[in-house]
Amino acid sequence: MDHLSNLEAESIYIIREVAASFERPVMMYSIGKDSSVLLHLALKAFYPSLPPFPLLHVDTSWKFREMIAFRDQRMAETGMKLLVHRNEDAIAKGVNVFTHGSGVHTDELKTVALRQALDLYKFDCAIGGARRDEERSRAKERIMSFRNQHHRWDPKRQRPELWQLYNTRIAPGESVRAFPISNWTELDIWQYIRREKIPVVPLYFAKMRPTVMRDGQIMMVDDERMPLNDGETPQMRMIRFRTLGCYPLTAAVESDATTIEEVVYETLSAKTSERAGRMIDYDKPGSMEQKKIEGYF
Amino acid sequence: MSQVTLDSTRSLLRFLTCGSVDDGKSTLIGRLLYDAQLIFEDQLRGITIESQRKLGDAAALDLSLLVDGLQAEREQGITIDVAYRFFSTAKRRFIVADTPGHEQYTRNMATGASTADLAVLLVDARKGLLVQTHRHSCIASLLGIRHVVLAINKMDLVNFDEQIFRTIETQYREFARQLNFTSITAIPLSALDGDNVFRHSNNMPWYQGSTFMSFLEDVDVDAAREPEPFRMPVQWVNRPHQDFRGFSGTISGGSVNVGDQVRIQPMGTTAYIQRIAHYDGDKNSATRGEAVTLVLDREVDVSRGAVICSAQQPASVAERIEAHVLWMHESPVQPGRQYLCKLGTATVPAVITKISGKIDVNSMQQISAEQLEMNEIGVCVVQFESQIPHDIYTANRHMGGFIFIDRISNETVAAGMIIGDVNAARNITWQQHDVSKATRSALKNQKPGVLWLTGLSGAGKSTIANLVERALAAEGKHTYILDGDNIRHGLSSDLGFAATDRIENIRRVSEVARLLTDAGLIVIVSLISPYQSERDRARRTIVAGEFIEVFIDTPLAECERRDPKGLYRRARAGEIRGMTGIDSPYEAPSNPEMHIETVNRTPEESAIMIVEWLRTHGHLHA
Repeated sequence: MDHLSNLEAESIYIIREVAASFERPVMMYSIGKDSSVLLHLALKAFYPSLPPFPLLHVDTSWKFREMIAFRDQRMAETGMKLLVHRNEDAIAKGVNVFTHGSGVHTDELKTVALRQALDLYKFDCAIGGARRDEERSRAKERIMSFRNQHHRWDPKRQRPELWQLYNTRIAPGESVRAFPISNWTELDIWQYIRREKIPVVPLYFAKMRPTVMRDGQIMMVDDERMPLNDGETPQMRMIRFRTLGCYPLTAAVESDATTIEEVVYETLSAKTSERAGRMIDYDKPGSMEQKKIEGYF
Repeated sequence: MSQVTLDSTRSLLRFLTCGSVDDGKSTLIGRLLYDAQLIFEDQLRGITIESQRKLGDAAALDLSLLVDGLQAEREQGITIDVAYRFFSTAKRRFIVADTPGHEQYTRNMATGASTADLAVLLVDARKGLLVQTHRHSCIASLLGIRHVVLAINKMDLVNFDEQIFRTIETQYREFARQLNFTSITAIPLSALDGDNVFRHSNNMPWYQGSTFMSFLEDVDVDAAREPEPFRMPVQWVNRPHQDFRGFSGTISGGSVNVGDQVRIQPMGTTAYIQRIAHYDGDKNSATRGEAVTLVLDREVDVSRGAVICSAQQPASVAERIEAHVLWMHESPVQPGRQYLCKLGTATVPAVITKISGKIDVNSMQQISAEQLEMNEIGVCVVQFESQIPHDIYTANRHMGGFIFIDRISNETVAAGMIIGDVNAARNITWQQHDVSKATRSALKNQKPGVLWLTGLSGAGKSTIANLVERALAAEGKHTYILDGDNIRHGLSSDLGFAATDRIENIRRVSEVARLLTDAGLIVIVSLISPYQSERDRARRTIVAGEFIEVFIDTPLAECERRDPKGLYRRARAGEIRGMTGIDSPYEAPSNPEMHIETVNRTPEESAIMIVEWLRTHGHLHA
């Protein structure tokens, strides 16, 4: 078997273990390329059945508009059940990155919202699309990562995880985060998307888009909620995204890659990591680990 | 664009770095990534700032910060948990598991080793071989790693002295003769400065071998694999509608074709493969590592935990196996405690019934042991609650490796590797005799069975058993009583009252009862047998339909009031321990054939109820 087929088989095994071992599993769906691959793997794992769990989108209300359109289209095509959860309290209070900063934004609209959704639906396992190559604290995480009643991760007391024998036993109220694509790299993701012809959000491909420069990073002006500085006017630039999150927190790269082959080629020669475009990782050293301890994916 | 296609053909090497603390494992991996120019600019910026803050030197770069991903690790300058890093060169892809050296975190080293094909064992040239060097070698060997790079590091601190390198290499080769490695390659290094990591070192002209990186790029770890029999542990039963019933799983050995005959273990039933269903279209065959869904040609009882096997070479099935056990929890293990074991896709209660010995990692000799402490490796007998399909670990890792889970904390406390079956009865065939069980029971004009009387001490089991036997004898029926106390005078006189001994005692009573039913008798067992799991095991030993569980239900207060043997008084006084009902639990039967409450009922009335039950269920005539 070739490299991508090995990765695919490993991921399918993990997804099936989750379905067989937990009472109320859910698959996180954040609309990005990793989620697209995850959904495709789930469809393969249970064919001819549909995956025996719903998808959950934690919607911060700050996603790119194209992402939401793509999400709804994919649900219609696959027949998957989608749950959308927002931290309505925080949204009503007007929490946003421009006035509250990325820390509060991520904490309230993503971490707290995720914990709310898991508690609301009493999910005992959430499948996520995190990869070990993304960030050094993720490189430390198990495939099946235990969370206590408060959704907290204890990186110093992880369960040993030998072979492919995942310990899925938990007490009531505790949960597990499962990461089937832990061992994939960004390049693997793109090569697999190419091989399997998996649909992804068009924002991953280069196009002329309205942008402004902020702290040396290219930000796309997705809607009227983005405040412009005095005298600032959006400029059209040929850009694409390597990762997709909330638009005020996700920087674009200048690129001419308009096809999947060109994206793969660009990934091969990249000099910076994909998370260089994610503002939240740079709050302070160890900030991803801290967010994960508190319940972020 | 040629790189895009080329990329999927490069082979993958999974390796781990191990060895004692401070031997420079994380620095070596950091150096490898740095020299291979595999570090992204933003990541390098991050660790440059941190290095300067930590070391107070503007030019310093601490490469271990690339892999020590946890805050606690960076603060203490140690590795706590395994980190997985991914990189590739023009020749090969790599997944490296950087594992901790501290003895306290040995479990995390084992986690990294369990999926690796090669171990890079670091040794500090100044310190030579340490206990952790030996322990990690031993664990790597047991887990099935066959190739070792002995990376003798910090050569810069011993003046690049060839003699020191050769001495350590010789000592290690001598030690490793007792391990199952097929290749050991020693390389002198300085990870800090990069000597012999990516480039040959000018400081060690005496070393002519490969650099560390070129060795990893070229090493062949795919041993000529012997043809192995087909195995697929069933993960999930796929049943979208009435017309489709498939068994999903990943093939853990061999291959399978449409039309092949298969045997489903532990049941032993056979069937033929009708379809190999797959999202990309049905397949005609599938091989090791593939995740598939198999459809059989007939309705058979298959659920998660069963293994679909080659019909000619099915997996072994046993309740008792011998295994190497790596204990990974702070509290030591003694024989007798119940755990949940996960093997393949099956999760089964199990007990370590015997610790035959433990391995002294320095000498690799087996020494005697009463218990296993954290990070020790024992040779143990494990008794599963039901028949489990398995292979020995060295034949198939997926069929022979298992974990122990604590039933209360749910922690993973140990890893096991199957060495073989204990008293492998499968090699002995049951002799058939001309006079059958049916003939023997017909002569007695009765249907054999086992009345299993369970209840607290003093509940009245022996009294009722005696009355039942008298009533049956009066009707000319052939019976025998197996009384708990009497058994312990002879058959089980070598057993005490520890949990393992109780389990063995019940096993012996069940086996004898089974022989007596084969003789055509109605057997009356009178035994406290406090655990449901053990009564269930007895039920499985006896022929289906012949096991009659009778709950003699007398409240504890009443038993204590009667106290015919004075045992409760002594237990309350602390003179005896493990007294059922006092400091040891009694699990009442959840679904017994008969539930007899003795309060407000004489023993005679209870006995009549049992005899009448036998009559209405056809036991009292042939």
